[in-house]
Amino acid sequence: MSISVPPRTTARGVLSLAPDFDVEAVRADFPILQRRIGDRPLVYLDSAATSQKPVQVLDAVERYYRQSNSNVHRGAHTLGNEATELFEGARRRVAAFLDADPRGLVFTRNATESLNLVASSYARELLRPGDRVVLTLMEHHSNLVPWQLAAERAGLDLAFIGLTAEGRLDMEVAARLLSEPTRLLGVTHQSNVLGTVNPIRELAELAHGCGALIAVDACQSVPHMPVSVRELDVDFLAFSGHKACGPMGGGVLWARPELLERMPPFLGGGSMIQRVELDRSTWAEVPAKFEAGTPDVAGAHGLAAACDYLDAVGRDRIHAHEQALTGHLLEVLDEAGVDIQGPRTLVERGGAVSFTMGEIHPHDIATILDREGVAIRAGHHCCQPLMRHLGTPATARASVYLYTTHAEIDALGAGLREVGRILGPPGTPR
Amino acid sequence: MTAGATPIEDELYREIILDHWRNPRYRGHVDPADVTVEGYNPLCGDEVLLTMRMRDGSVEEIAFDGHGCSISRASASMMCEGVAGRSIGEATELGHRFRAMMLEGGSADDLGDLEALQGVARIPLRIKCAVLPWNALLEGLQRGGGTVTTEEGPLS
Ligand SMILES: Cc1ncc(COP(=O)(O)O)c(C=O)c1O
Repeated sequence: MSISVPPRTTARGVLSLAPDFDVEAVRADFPILQRRIGDRPLVYLDSAATSQKPVQVLDAVERYYRQSNSNVHRGAHTLGNEATELFEGARRRVAAFLDADPRGLVFTRNATESLNLVASSYARELLRPGDRVVLTLMEHHSNLVPWQLAAERAGLDLAFIGLTAEGRLDMEVAARLLSEPTRLLGVTHQSNVLGTVNPIRELAELAHGCGALIAVDACQSVPHMPVSVRELDVDFLAFSGHKACGPMGGGVLWARPELLERMPPFLGGGSMIQRVELDRSTWAEVPAKFEAGTPDVAGAHGLAAACDYLDAVGRDRIHAHEQALTGHLLEVLDEAGVDIQGPRTLVERGGAVSFTMGEIHPHDIATILDREGVAIRAGHHCCQPLMRHLGTPATARASVYLYTTHAEIDALGAGLREVGRILGPPGTPR
Repeated sequence: MTAGATPIEDELYREIILDHWRNPRYRGHVDPADVTVEGYNPLCGDEVLLTMRMRDGSVEEIAFDGHGCSISRASASMMCEGVAGRSIGEATELGHRFRAMMLEGGSADDLGDLEALQGVARIPLRIKCAVLPWNALLEGLQRGGGTVTTEEGPLS
């Protein structure tokens, strides 16, 4: 995973780290990319918030509702069997995508729910007052607030790994914190703000060395690079299908099955029980124990189709394409004179790049870019503590995916010149 | 959305707005203050701190601080200019008229420079930026202080 990329010296346009990547063929699979925003073609640079969906996924969802829709694990009729088979097939498919044991794969609504499940059923229920949970300063609110809730209820201590000036985890602090008694490390694989890719394998070793488990927020990594829970040696891993070409509503938690067996249920209701009495119940086997109620079968099936799609294109090739785009993006932002927040090289960094422009607020940047058809994200990105650390209330963020082109990065550059023209220092000719 | 024909400098970033953004009036803190209100936009993290000193039923002094985009800063600056020295009744009425212009398509007549913010009403995601300082003002005038957000509270 630690693809190290040589410094780019080639002229723009000819450069490519994935010379055989046919981005136009990929784009043809994504109907929304034909949209226009006003009189401009859509330039979608907000895939870190949610990805667009290829026809292969749209068709799978529609086919499910047209042909096989039925409730799962219930009816003894043909459609019920088909829906159940599609749902369980999706579980095996997504598990294979993560190189994981399907018995540990729980379908949720999104990564937020997955992380809440771990914080509630593991940390709140199985940890004891005074136990320590280590997190980092770059976590998304969804990998912070659930631990705060658990800490409050269970009397846990929270400690935080800080960042270096470049926006990487301070591994000295990590090593120190994880040499002391700790029960769990919660960490993002790739920061949705800084783009930093964290050394999960190394952190897993440190965590396990002090008797802690490691829970990884893989929202920004799974869509963009091959991720193997076996190789990373992690205990919990969460991601949202909607950022990986899947439909909204299909989230994933993978956990070591033996952990799921020890953990009490998260939500109670249908499908998660074995036997129900009036005053008590016993639980279904894992992972069903954690899937109360009717699941999003279409969402799971659509996510499986997304896994097929990403593997057909090739995750290594997608990653190489994105690395080339990210290099170009860093260069364009540098030329535009903005302040890049996070690593300025391709080393262990992904294609979500945040920046600020002096006095010009990110919302104003986003509004002007929108006029040019360019969609970026502006705000705190659900990372308020990180914003405080960076000393800014908000950043602008451009992010790339497999369908992004170099011409779109140039369109961002042109848009930023427009921002400078309109909101630049007074006296700038308009 | 609204992209298209009108250049953004005519619709949103009009000269008067940029002027209030670059050279905000009434920026700072009234000290001591009779009324202090904090306003938050939880969606984007923007904050405004409004302080006022009242005398004989009027806004004797007013100032704002915090961080926000050009629209929220210009709106706060123009708001302070519009209500400084006015009676509570006049300031409250101006607040309601401004909100009506932004949120209900109300008329911009007699709003003076504030009319320049009317273009913001056409960009739904930015309306909250313009309205936040006014929510803080109305909260302060009605309740004598507190905290407001763009998402809830008595005034949204
Ligand atoms: C790093 C990271 N973690 C968690 C989330 C939360 O994802 P969701 O809102 O789909 O639960 C996101 C996306 O917003 C993210 O980028």
